[in-house]
Amino acid sequence: MSATDTPFERAGDPYRVGHGRDRVSEGSPRARYVYATGHGEGGPASKRVIVGYGFWIFLLSDIVMFSAFFAAHAVLQTATAGGPSGRELFNVTSIVLQTAFLLISSFTCGLSAVATEVRNQLWTQVALLVTGLFGLGFLVLEGRDFADMVMQGAGPDRSAFLSSLFAVVGLHGLHVSAGLLWLGTMMAQVFVKGFRPDILRRLVCFNLFWHALDIIWVALFTVVYLIGLGR
Amino acid sequence: MFGKLTWDAIPWSQPIPLVAGSVVVLIVLAVLAWVVLKGYLPYLWREWITSVDHKRIGVMYTLLGLVMLLRGFIDAIMMRSQQAIAFRAAGYLPPEHYDQIFSAHGTIMIFFAAMPIVIGLMNFAVPLQLGVRDVAFPTLNSTSLWLTATGALLVNISLVVGEFARTGWLVYPPLSELPYSPGVGVDYYLWALLISGVGTLMTGINFVTTILKIRAPGMSYLRMTIFCWTALAANLLIVAAFPVLTATLGMLALDRYLGFHFFTNEAGGNMMMFINLIWTWGHPEVYILVLPAFGIFSEVISTFSGKPLFNYRSMVAATMFICLVSYLVWMHHFFTMGAGADVNAFFGISTSIIAVGTGVKIYNWLFTMYGGRIRFTTPMLWSMGFLVTFVIGGMTGVLLAVPPADFVLHNSLFLVAHFHNVIIAGVIFAAFAGITYWFPKAFGFKLDEAWGKAAFWLTLLGFYVVFMPLYVAGLLGMTRRLQHYEVAAWRPWVLIAGFGIIIMMAAAACQVMQVVVSIRRREELRDATGDPWDGRSLEWATTSPPPPFNFAVLPNVRGAEAYWDMKQRAIEAQRLSPEPRYEPIEMPRNSPTGFITAFFSTLTGFALIWHIWWLVGVGIVAAYAVFVWFAWRDHVEYSIPAEEVARYDRERRRAREQWLAQHAGQPA
Repeated sequence: MSATDTPFERAGDPYRVGHGRDRVSEGSPRARYVYATGHGEGGPASKRVIVGYGFWIFLLSDIVMFSAFFAAHAVLQTATAGGPSGRELFNVTSIVLQTAFLLISSFTCGLSAVATEVRNQLWTQVALLVTGLFGLGFLVLEGRDFADMVMQGAGPDRSAFLSSLFAVVGLHGLHVSAGLLWLGTMMAQVFVKGFRPDILRRLVCFNLFWHALDIIWVALFTVVYLIGLGR
Repeated sequence: MFGKLTWDAIPWSQPIPLVAGSVVVLIVLAVLAWVVLKGYLPYLWREWITSVDHKRIGVMYTLLGLVMLLRGFIDAIMMRSQQAIAFRAAGYLPPEHYDQIFSAHGTIMIFFAAMPIVIGLMNFAVPLQLGVRDVAFPTLNSTSLWLTATGALLVNISLVVGEFARTGWLVYPPLSELPYSPGVGVDYYLWALLISGVGTLMTGINFVTTILKIRAPGMSYLRMTIFCWTALAANLLIVAAFPVLTATLGMLALDRYLGFHFFTNEAGGNMMMFINLIWTWGHPEVYILVLPAFGIFSEVISTFSGKPLFNYRSMVAATMFICLVSYLVWMHHFFTMGAGADVNAFFGISTSIIAVGTGVKIYNWLFTMYGGRIRFTTPMLWSMGFLVTFVIGGMTGVLLAVPPADFVLHNSLFLVAHFHNVIIAGVIFAAFAGITYWFPKAFGFKLDEAWGKAAFWLTLLGFYVVFMPLYVAGLLGMTRRLQHYEVAAWRPWVLIAGFGIIIMMAAAACQVMQVVVSIRRREELRDATGDPWDGRSLEWATTSPPPPFNFAVLPNVRGAEAYWDMKQRAIEAQRLSPEPRYEPIEMPRNSPTGFITAFFSTLTGFALIWHIWWLVGVGIVAAYAVFVWFAWRDHVEYSIPAEEVARYDRERRRAREQWLAQHAGQPA
């Protein structure tokens, strides 16, 4: 296609819409427009951008789903129906430990990304393994808390407050479990197939996912536990 | 072994569902037998079921929607005929069956008729209009389709195995809680929608990514067609709204399966929270359906008026305005909750304001037609029928947006008439306009105009005869969902509506005839140039039907109406643009992933409904296995050699050169 622009061509697009980033090429005696230079006008994005972008949209939708559960918990936080409240139930030591485990796992997940960046198979695997172990530790602690509460007769069927508590915390736990399954699969893939472009894209997505779980945990820690302890 | 499932689940004593179910099963078996005996199964498997081509997926989505539209229409016929005879009488449908019918009608029409058709048309047209080869995630797209089909299948299974919900299409608690709905009806509803909802969410993610990240060179945002803009808005709404639906139905499922107390009467449950949450999804859903419909009308009206769309930019602004404000109006669905005057006033005003965006669009369409050389083809007739009818529905909507008026009209047939007025005139008319408009692109021949026009006029007439009397009956105080009634004043209006449904049946028959006649006359109706309507956007730049790769070379977009500009340039210069250099094209390989995932989802869903726990486990493990197997494959693409691309494109150019010769000497 010709790179010059004539008044005739301009007539179909009088405002030069979408050519805000067109520039007059330097050193040219006449104004000369260059086509398709700006963001989003240069044709389809690269696969890495597309995959990462799509995964971000997924994460946003996931956060919207969590927000519905958070809203439900906010509504039902005081609906204890004569049963125990958060102040009586929460095991602060365990919650602090869970937070620490999750944050450390996020840090090691970041380390795995650094190792991947230099294509180091061994350290990628080690960092992913440590991430997984801390994730597992988190799940064990959370499961123990849940079991304790059920033993005390404070299961999700006791009151609407406990229903929403078990649901929102459990949903996060379910995400961590799914993440662990993904992590294991990812480690096997990296081991068997090496750092192929599609594997690298998946590692990026996994990293995004694992950090998103941390973001959700920060909200959980605040809305469910900190505010819950104050009630 | 089989949980709650026993032979009693089949309604032996109820002739209507039994006969209807048997007929459906027989038809399905007959079609399957025909496919197998004729040896079409390998073709179907290779070319359609495992296809990841957005055009094929779009066609299958639309087909699914049309079949379910027929199913929902049969429910409508049963309701209208029941009310026509159930004046001081029992009618022919017992209450527990009638309740299932109106619940199934709403569920099917919204989730499994309107949504698949709208998503199908987006699938077909959006990548073509953007000038690209496929959506962002083709295999995910196929999975979305088959998960939607899973939901539709589960709803249809409920016809013969067990029962469907008797709670209305949005399963309001506490009626939908276990003590009041102990059967499997609500469970069918929950799992059908949870599974198909995942499919819809993935469609949303896929299309947002496609439209924002994959466009032809030079296709900036303000050069996209209005259909692409409305598709973007609708998919943004899907991404933001469907997770809320999943969460809400998930909470109800927890209540029913594990004894949680989100929405129960006792232990602090809050049922109004369900109503709020479900409409947080529900109102954006209205716009998920109607915004792409607006997009279709924009394309059709501009093409058949022979003019660019009037005030394109205000159309974009109005679309995004509606996209945003659709999140601020959900409470108008239940003004009677008792939230107080301030809250009701806010939602009443925001609801009225959203009509401004739609009003802008209506004027833009009118001014597009003004001064144009209008061709009264079938898609154009649907669009003009929409303009008139939708304005009436919109105005009754503004009426209902006034809280004091709503307190009177709430839950009456006036409301029923209003939302059918906007959904039928908006979405269903758009569906038929879009299907007739893009049919030649998909199959290479046009639909028969005579039968299409007959279908349009009968639908338009039938619509007014059914729903205008229902407005009156509603004003006379008739509430919705009545199995029988005693008030003589309502009787004549209900009878007129009953007569109207007969006209609608004739219209449906015309639609079927249109397809049959068109297939028989396909050689006469053949579209050789790829541009049967003198179109303005890029889908008409390729052949009908398009090759798997859509475009031999990605078009270079230079203006707002990409293809119209190309045609004008060609006529001006009396020649096509010079032949480009052809290169091999990488396309994604077919994959049965979506179909297999949906197969196990159906098993899992069915097992959850009937409490067959071991099968739930099998389904989940199998789904994970499919996921790993898909992730493990090494060859995800195949290459189409440059010679083949060149051969295809030279043939296309020959057809276009003939077209150019016919237009020699015409002013540009």
